[in-house]
Amino acid sequence: MSTTSYILGIAVTLLALGVVIEMLRRRRLRERHALWWLVAGAMALVISVFPATLDWAADLVGVAIPTNLVFFVSIAILFLVCLQNSSEVTVLENKTRTLAENSALLELRIRQLEESRSATNSDTET
Amino acid sequence: MRGMSRLEKTLIVMPAFNEQDSVGNVVREVLTQLPGVSVLVVDDGSTDATSRLAANAGALVATLPFNLGVGGAMRTGFRYAVQNGFDNVVQIDSDGQHDPSSVPALLQALDTADLVIGARFAGEGDYSVSGPRQWAMVVLASILSRAAQTTLTDTTSGFRASGPRAVALFARHYPAEYLGDTIEALVIATRAGCTVRQIPVSMRARAGGIPSHNPTKAAAYLARAVLALLFAFVRPSSTLRVATR
Repeated sequence: MSTTSYILGIAVTLLALGVVIEMLRRRRLRERHALWWLVAGAMALVISVFPATLDWAADLVGVAIPTNLVFFVSIAILFLVCLQNSSEVTVLENKTRTLAENSALLELRIRQLEESRSATNSDTET
Repeated sequence: MRGMSRLEKTLIVMPAFNEQDSVGNVVREVLTQLPGVSVLVVDDGSTDATSRLAANAGALVATLPFNLGVGGAMRTGFRYAVQNGFDNVVQIDSDGQHDPSSVPALLQALDTADLVIGARFAGEGDYSVSGPRQWAMVVLASILSRAAQTTLTDTTSGFRASGPRAVALFARHYPAEYLGDTIEALVIATRAGCTVRQIPVSMRARAGGIPSHNPTKAAAYLARAVLALLFAFVRPSSTLRVATR
């Protein structure tokens, strides 16, 4: 591994982590959604600074080619994030559904109140 | 006289999505045939004049801000019924294929059941379906009949009456998924301990649209229905608790 690719690896990892932290700071990302990204970023940072940890980890779990471990862990994390997002969408859909129903019912009730009010008003005027 | 007061305690819920051609006439027909009944049209995010024409015809109208599907529209109706003290809810399609003259028979059957389905194939009328879609319906019917411990032949019929227990249940747990509104609602009702019955009703041809006979679509329909059914049975039953009156 050349010095250039070593530095490039660290720079990209820092950039990715920086984006996640900055989004957290600006409240564009909630903590519970950011957790997986922070875990992935931290692991990537450790591996890019100390590449030997990857070889050690691959050896530990019995993966012959260390890069395969990277792919495996990356896909696993992406899968989990995706699943979490789908679940969040489902929860949000249920909430918007309930809100839509509420708004329709409230609108109907307001219309009924307005009608009964204008009816009593015209009664008192005549 | 008993029949009269029962109609006054009954809310007809009509989910309507872009039905401006038929909704007015259906509302008027329901109000003439069933004196004393209240009609709530739930406009499911229509982009046409459905809401206005339904209101002009004398219906209460709840307008959903966007399309939720029949399940969402129906739950709105059940919640309105609970909030306004209606005992029974009868679902009628706004395209005119359900004959309002069958409603008293559906309500009568609520004496011995919590949920009554108006079945299209149970002898009356001339409605028929053939090919793969019919097989799909037969499979569904046999599974759901076993679950409900009664003979059901038309489990996807939207023409149904719910008694007080079912209304309270559905106001909280009416499914929104496609096919959930008919199939899953049945499973929810039986699992919550409601009794289900079906009675024969005659069905009229729809004002517009041709029933599909495409085998691929029928297969997709069966697959989605079986999936809906499967998940309906494995959902935790603790989510279905309902106060019994």
